[in-house]
Amino acid sequence: MIVFRAMLGFVRLLVRSVFLALGQIWARKGRSILTTIGIVIGVASVTAVIAALTGLRANVLADFASLGVNKIYLHSNKPDRGPYRHARWDDLMLKPDEFDGVLEQCPSVSHLTRIAENSTVVRVGQQELDVRVIGIEPAWHKIENRSVKTGREFSLIDTTSARPVCLITESARDKLHLDRDCVGQRIRLFGRAHRIVGMVEPSTKFGVFGIGQRSEEILVPFRTLRKVQDQWMYAIAASKSPEASEEARAELLHFLRNQRKLKPGEPDTFAAEAIQRFIDQFEEMAAMITLIAGGIVGISLLVGGVGIMNIMLVSVSERTREIGLRKAVGARASAILLQFLVEAIMLCLIGGLIGLLFGQLATSGVAAIPQAKLERAYIPTWAVGLSFGFSALVGVVFGMFPAIKAARLDPIEALRHE
Amino acid sequence: MMIELEDIAKVYKVGVEKIRALDGVSLSIDENEYLAVMGPSGSGKSTLMNILGCLDRPTSGTYQLDGQLVSRMGGGGLARVRNRRIGFVFQSFELLPRLSAAKNVALPLIYSGIGWLGRRRRARDVLGRVGLGGRMRHRPSQLSGGEKQRVAIARALISDPRILLADEPTGNLDSKTSAEILALFDELHRGGQTIVMVTHEEEVARHARRVLRMRDGRISSDERVEKAGDQPAPAEGGEA
Repeated sequence: MIVFRAMLGFVRLLVRSVFLALGQIWARKGRSILTTIGIVIGVASVTAVIAALTGLRANVLADFASLGVNKIYLHSNKPDRGPYRHARWDDLMLKPDEFDGVLEQCPSVSHLTRIAENSTVVRVGQQELDVRVIGIEPAWHKIENRSVKTGREFSLIDTTSARPVCLITESARDKLHLDRDCVGQRIRLFGRAHRIVGMVEPSTKFGVFGIGQRSEEILVPFRTLRKVQDQWMYAIAASKSPEASEEARAELLHFLRNQRKLKPGEPDTFAAEAIQRFIDQFEEMAAMITLIAGGIVGISLLVGGVGIMNIMLVSVSERTREIGLRKAVGARASAILLQFLVEAIMLCLIGGLIGLLFGQLATSGVAAIPQAKLERAYIPTWAVGLSFGFSALVGVVFGMFPAIKAARLDPIEALRHE
Repeated sequence: MMIELEDIAKVYKVGVEKIRALDGVSLSIDENEYLAVMGPSGSGKSTLMNILGCLDRPTSGTYQLDGQLVSRMGGGGLARVRNRRIGFVFQSFELLPRLSAAKNVALPLIYSGIGWLGRRRRARDVLGRVGLGGRMRHRPSQLSGGEKQRVAIARALISDPRILLADEPTGNLDSKTSAEILALFDELHRGGQTIVMVTHEEEVARHARRVLRMRDGRISSDERVEKAGDQPAPAEGGEA
């Protein structure tokens, strides 16, 4: 019961102190606003940076996800040391037969497709269209998660005997003004008629990593394309699960090193890059930027805090007689301490609130810039909590000294103060 | 006895020098006394007031208030005593300029944990008692000097204190207003209030029923003034 009463008394005093503090702050509006500028700038910048990062992260992760998190890209790469550092690119190029038997030897890899790419202009009647022609193997549909909607995938015969067949997307069909059901019709690619065997789902890629999204895609069997372009190729593998992607990558590295008969110690002449790895790297980078931004903001909050301390010391000095009177009529030292501490905290919280509003303004501004690709930027709830938490902390830390000074004033001296 | 001071000494250190502001003061004050403390500056009357008002602790000696030994209390205990049992009236009123008369008056109640409604009701009552029932919402800057001191007296009375301590309460007022304030003190005294007042004006001290004169930290004389009625004192007082 006594404990309850004491707590009730404390809550009353706290509420009283909050109102008192708001009154004091209101009475000195101009000064209070100026005092909180440090806090305002600190909170505004931290929330804007966090919001922008959140937006960037959402975009990048969505891009990665659309690329497929269990994918591993394999391409030739010139090492910067070892015997191959001066090798000709032609000699380092991946070759189709280097991948023979890969699935048997790499148990963590579920699918692999060799890929060749070229671009050309397709003409149908009056229509001309820039297209990206991609030579694929049937596993590509599983890896890219893009299936054939009407018609069929490439058959074994299409693949092995390099038949002139192709798959197109709906938008390519529409831009070429082909019939709605164009399966069975022919289009000319590289001077040769290719029969359309099916319609493939469009790419879901967008944003930062959306390579080739400006041109339309036409898919042909890998070997068909190698007939016109036998230089550069790469491969995409899929691990059995996103967690197994590092393991699959290691298996592929080992496999290709064996194929190329690289000696231990010699660097790879190709690269295997797992998407998961990019995601991890990006997350690390995002965390780093957040930390750096946090550090900068910490400094501005420190400066803001010193401003708060300064103004509170002025306030204590100006109100010495008031403190003396309050003590004379029965205020305990703890009540005076609380009064000034709450005032400092309220100042900081008001600064935090204003800062948050500016941060939101900045976020909306950034999100509205089309090139910035930050349309998903927003201030996450934890950042709001963090801002207020830090503001309150600054208030406690920098308000404590002036509050203690006020609480320790001798009432007799204070009442004599001019 | 309501107040018992025994052999109170207060020593201040100024550099290496020690100043005995009070040097063995013993004093009893009974309920409903009206005491004036007089003396030249430096005689120790302010120090005595501060100790009586629990704003300061004696270096040695004991102070009992209502049988409670306050001379050994800690800061929190003294704050409580000031809050519940002592009312202060200052020479320069000490009103908070941004608060209305009612809020100024209710200030001590904040520290006794009384709610908003209770504070307002008691502030209205006590402002009525000092004749300022119609001035509840006025700021100090909208009040005359006499009205300000009435507000200050109302604030001192709001906790029904055992003693009212007034330090030169008419020092900042003209003679007409002073007379009104002293009449108010007389009225409060008639109503049973114990009053201790520091003054250096004989005119003012004549209102009291007991006059204490101090010199060099000691009590030099302690006279009781018998009065026929309850009228403000005529100029004849002075018998022991």
